[in-house]
Amino acid sequence: MLDDREVERLEVEAVNSARTRQPLYTARQKVFPKRASGRFRQFKWLIMLITLGIYYLTPWLRWDRGPYAPDQAVLLDIANRRFYFFAIEIWPQEFFYVAGLLVMAGIGLFLVTSTVGRAWCGYTCPQTVWVDLFLVVERGIEGDRNARIKLDGAPWSFDKLWKRTAKHAIWLVIAVATGGAWIFYFADAPALLGAFVTGQAAPVAYITVAILTATTYAFGGLMREQVCTYMCPWPRIQAAMLDENSLTVTYNDWRGEPRSRHAKKAAAEGLSVGDCVDCNACVAVCPMGIDIRDGQQLECITCALCIDACDSVMDKIGKERGLISYATLADYQSNMAVATDPVTTAIDPKRVRDDKGKLNAAIAHFRLGRIFRPRTFVYAGAWSLIGFALLFALLSRDRLEVNVLHDRNPQLVRLSDGSIRNGYTVKLLNMVPEPRNFELSIEGLPGAAMSVVGMDLPESRSITVEAEPDKLKTIRVYVRQPRENLADGQSFKFIVVDKAGSETDSYVAKFNVPEAGR
Amino acid sequence: MGEKHIDELSGVETTGHEWDGITELNNPMPRWWLWTFYATIVWALAYTIAYPAWPLISSATTGVLGYSSRADVTNELAAAEAAKSTYVEAVKAKSVGEILADENLRQFATAAGSAAFKVNCIQCHGSGAQGSPGFPNLNDDEWLWGGNIEQIYTTIAHGVRFDGDEATHVSEMPAFAEILEPQQVNEVAAYVASLSGQADTPELVPAGAKVFADNCAACHGDNAKGNKEMGAPDLTDAIALYASGQTAIAQQVRHPKHGAMPAWGDRLGDVKVKELAIFVHSLGGGE
Repeated sequence: MLDDREVERLEVEAVNSARTRQPLYTARQKVFPKRASGRFRQFKWLIMLITLGIYYLTPWLRWDRGPYAPDQAVLLDIANRRFYFFAIEIWPQEFFYVAGLLVMAGIGLFLVTSTVGRAWCGYTCPQTVWVDLFLVVERGIEGDRNARIKLDGAPWSFDKLWKRTAKHAIWLVIAVATGGAWIFYFADAPALLGAFVTGQAAPVAYITVAILTATTYAFGGLMREQVCTYMCPWPRIQAAMLDENSLTVTYNDWRGEPRSRHAKKAAAEGLSVGDCVDCNACVAVCPMGIDIRDGQQLECITCALCIDACDSVMDKIGKERGLISYATLADYQSNMAVATDPVTTAIDPKRVRDDKGKLNAAIAHFRLGRIFRPRTFVYAGAWSLIGFALLFALLSRDRLEVNVLHDRNPQLVRLSDGSIRNGYTVKLLNMVPEPRNFELSIEGLPGAAMSVVGMDLPESRSITVEAEPDKLKTIRVYVRQPRENLADGQSFKFIVVDKAGSETDSYVAKFNVPEAGR
Repeated sequence: MGEKHIDELSGVETTGHEWDGITELNNPMPRWWLWTFYATIVWALAYTIAYPAWPLISSATTGVLGYSSRADVTNELAAAEAAKSTYVEAVKAKSVGEILADENLRQFATAAGSAAFKVNCIQCHGSGAQGSPGFPNLNDDEWLWGGNIEQIYTTIAHGVRFDGDEATHVSEMPAFAEILEPQQVNEVAAYVASLSGQADTPELVPAGAKVFADNCAACHGDNAKGNKEMGAPDLTDAIALYASGQTAIAQQVRHPKHGAMPAWGDRLGDVKVKELAIFVHSLGGGE
């Protein structure tokens, strides 16, 4: 029944194991994650490629917006208070779209966590991605786990010196590139790169790169799992987000226990043992340095590398994969109920497998249907609702806006012919990157006409205003109403129309007259 | 004291202080903290030598670096002056008419004039230049001494009825209480009020018209449209400097009030006066 091939047992102890638990203020125990290979590792390489690709390459994408706007696809132009995202241009007063995206990100995190657990932590969190990248470098130079442990314990020698120097040098290069990529989101990337390397860039660029270099190097190279365990608030919050139907990386002790390092011998003695051969492969590959067999833990980022490690061992000894697997607590508990002897409350492998080694029909590692439940539908619904609302708002938003401020002092001016004049500051927002001609007219207010300060035009009820591309045009407008038309409490409309298109906006303004009897 | 107390659990000496069984460990200061503390002392001493610090009887030490916040302000002001010097030079060199025609220069002068107005002019003309009885509203299109840019400039530069300036605007309406009979004053007041449609006693208007032609038309004109050469106001329009209505007009005929404005040319300099003229001209009544 059991495969006779030997499975290598690894000498490794979980950093947080109850057996050796240290006070909180002890120094960090070094973790030397072993290289894993398998489905999840492949998937994580792919995710790393995509996320790093997005991060490093996005600022270099070009997007033609014509001669009056930058051609960088994604640009946060803080100096000019514009945010460009491909075809979308956002003005500061439209920043609520970004707030909406943040709300979506929050609800999205709830959705992901309630269904697939800490998938964010395990696959896409920058901390995880960069630590993975730094580990690749470390492994490439110093070798895999055993070689690294040996090197770490070795006295200083030329070999150790150059390996350590090379490792830290490459880490620093990655860190500089990480900080460097960040600043390209805030200015024209090619121009800024040129200025940066020739020492012409603004001090803030160098300071930003320096800070991000330091944090990337420290977090990714030196602190690693401690960032997740001690610094990050999310592991603490996520306990509230998970329920019994959320996927977590689970050690299925209902089929693993009692674990045995000598399964063959135990079988010969007629003892009934579980699938776990206690090879510690799952502990050795863990980047957090924990033992998943101790149960779900705060430290676990659900990177699933222990699943890969265990699966390859299960393949070797001819058992089904999934001794460590993604499973929900509900799955686990129902399987556990099958596996547990009601009298002794101990796990009995005979209840799990029949004589031929076949799994009991009542057992299923994972039931997909469990993750679809009202909670996830509510999250998905709220997420989509906000998404559609934002999309609708974005597609139907105005690219022309008019705002009017009535003069506060003086409120009104009496002219020599007895007519009354009110002054207004009219702000025309031309929110597209091309110059436009607007027709500004007044509606209502009988007999009234307007004139513009600085524009030598006859008084009229309609004037043409040239607006610069992507700019706010401010004009001072005087509106004068003849004495015979004056009345209390009048309001009227400023209407602005794009002469070349159909876009229009209006603003209701008040016209003040002297109090009656004066 | 004398003997050492050692905490059993940690092996650290205690201070001997105990509260309800809790003893205070006598751990030394962390080294980094101690050295930071020493460094701040060194820094503080060096600072007081390098920068002004120690108070003396009537002054203070100046510091070896010679730093002074007053000098900083002076430098910043000089830098600000230098930054706008091109515009200021242009304002100095050009006439008000030329400044008005130059878009950039006009905007600069309007902004600078607005600031100068807030310091020097709002005391009489109001913060919105809206005036008050006796002090003209500068937003409207009625000008005692003329509303084109040169006339505004001249008025600001030389003032009105200002003793210290030879070129100041001067005109004085006689007190007609000593010239006309009271009845004639009433008649002419009725006539003048009728020009803007507010006569209380229309029956006096024809007689008033004759009094006006004999006594007032010399300055205010035959049609009462005023004369900007001598600051005689237009009596036919809707704007009154002091008060409108027949009674107020009669009072003004008997004992006229005369406003005065200082000459600003010598006080503020030509550049500021030009800027003020451009600003006042921009308020909506400029001709």
